[in-house]
Amino acid sequence: MLAVNVRKARPGFTLEAQFAAPTPGVIALFGPSGSGKTTLVNLISGLLAPDQGYVRLGDAALTETAAGIDVPPERRHIGYVFQDARLFPHLSVLGNLRYGARRARGRAAFVAFDELVALLGLAPLLARRPHQLSGGERQRVALGRALLSQPRLLLLDEPLAALDAARREEVLPYLEALRDRYALPMVYVSHQFEEVLRLATHLVLLQGGRVLAHGPVSAMSLDPALQAVLGPDLSGTVLEGVVSRAQGPDDTAELRLGAGTLQASLPGVPAGARVRLQVLARDVILATQPVQGLSVRNALPGTVREVRSDQFGALVTVDVGGAQVLARISRRALAALALKPGDAAWCLFKVISTRGHTFRLPGS
Amino acid sequence: MLSAWLGPPVAQALWLSLAVALRSLLFSLPVALTVAWLLARRRLPGRTALDALVHLPLVLPPVAVGYLLLLLLGTRGPLGAWLNSTFGIRLAFTTAGAALATAVMTFPLLVRAMRLSLEGLDPGLEEAARTLGASRLDRFASVTLPLVLPGILAGLVTAFAAGLGEFGAVITFAANIPGVSRTLPLALYTAMQSPDGDAQAMQLVLVSCVLGLLGVSAAELLARRLRRRLGR
Repeated sequence: MLAVNVRKARPGFTLEAQFAAPTPGVIALFGPSGSGKTTLVNLISGLLAPDQGYVRLGDAALTETAAGIDVPPERRHIGYVFQDARLFPHLSVLGNLRYGARRARGRAAFVAFDELVALLGLAPLLARRPHQLSGGERQRVALGRALLSQPRLLLLDEPLAALDAARREEVLPYLEALRDRYALPMVYVSHQFEEVLRLATHLVLLQGGRVLAHGPVSAMSLDPALQAVLGPDLSGTVLEGVVSRAQGPDDTAELRLGAGTLQASLPGVPAGARVRLQVLARDVILATQPVQGLSVRNALPGTVREVRSDQFGALVTVDVGGAQVLARISRRALAALALKPGDAAWCLFKVISTRGHTFRLPGS
Repeated sequence: MLSAWLGPPVAQALWLSLAVALRSLLFSLPVALTVAWLLARRRLPGRTALDALVHLPLVLPPVAVGYLLLLLLGTRGPLGAWLNSTFGIRLAFTTAGAALATAVMTFPLLVRAMRLSLEGLDPGLEEAARTLGASRLDRFASVTLPLVLPGILAGLVTAFAAGLGEFGAVITFAANIPGVSRTLPLALYTAMQSPDGDAQAMQLVLVSCVLGLLGVSAAELLARRLRRRLGR
């Protein structure tokens, strides 16, 4: 468990954040720029001290202003991957990797040097200097350096923000591999929701220096505060399930989800794999009776749970038996269907709508 | 061998110059490091004033600096009299005085090099070292020092080379006494004043040229090594 409750006042900005999240797991700090994500991470690392509050990891109090406890960063054993990598320019890649490892001697090691070098693909880089590395390579070395200090928590402050889309795609699989290989608690700062979907187990939503909401990613997807931050193009339901039939020549895989079955586009994902997928609210069509003669493959029967209006139209939550699906429709459509809580509704969405919104989870 | 080839007066001036320049660095190094660190890392209220004061010897006539030193540290100056009566230290017209005058003159060069070096250091690197388990002393030795050392060394070499040639401040504060304060430039000046000193003057000019070239190339080499190490 990572429990944080801190207050830090700065000129023109006050951070007042409280959350607790289970560990191990990947805790995403998500929010727009200037919401206080980096400040919060610095408070957890100990590089910054709160005006008041606490940071607790497991049974250990790292910061506890009431008790006068403030463990300095060098004794917290918390790895930190900075946005700008911060590799030591006077040391080779090997020297950088060894820097933390040397200082972790005498503590139980769970990250082995050779294994990590193989996992992150660092072997060809070891003799190089930081200035001879690409941005993606730099972040991989920074990751390795932090992990070899045998941390009990790993902080990642937008490690991909400085990279272009291609480089990002180059580093993300390594992050997934690390998450799946080591049961290491991580705090992952991002303002890209896709990264959160791919990596995180727990989502802490920050805005204006405050935690608006936090919880498991799938539950958080139904939170109006998150939908407001994501906007009409990115908000949607996050569903988690097990692949019951791998994708065949008919371009369709099947996914067991609560009581029902979902048809999705999951190329290359084997049966038995746990996946998380996002169905964008704007891709969901609502019907008040069963429809026939449509190409749409998913038609989940359910009951309207909630109807909410916002500046973009109406957002309808439908309970489809164990899971909930969000559908965004126009106010005119809402009026035409006269939907209200308790009504029967079918949620329709195409197989292709799930393409590119599906991510493998660990434990598959 | 060298003194036989150069002749005793030139050799004496050469060794004295080297000694004075070296001693001047011993005077100024700790002060320059402190001032450079203050200017680079601290937001002091009197920062601009301190910066101006440090650079003053660069724009003031060297004779004026020597004269001010004489007023302050001469045997009848306020600080000089106190030093003399309390510790028996005399600075005016001594080798130590020549070194002090040289130190004041080369101080801006030293501070400049160190300050650039310190300012070029990303404090984020020390933070990174911290999160990797390095204590304060460890961080200084493993990150800060290796990164600023080449800059400091380059500054020292430049200041040393410049100190070898200091004339105005030395002759004003420490006079022109053979074996005490007659360094290379003062010996050169003396040789030029004597009717048959042309050969010796030429020799002194050559020695100064060689020393200067050595100093500047050493500084440049150090700077280049630093750039290569840091990949700039």
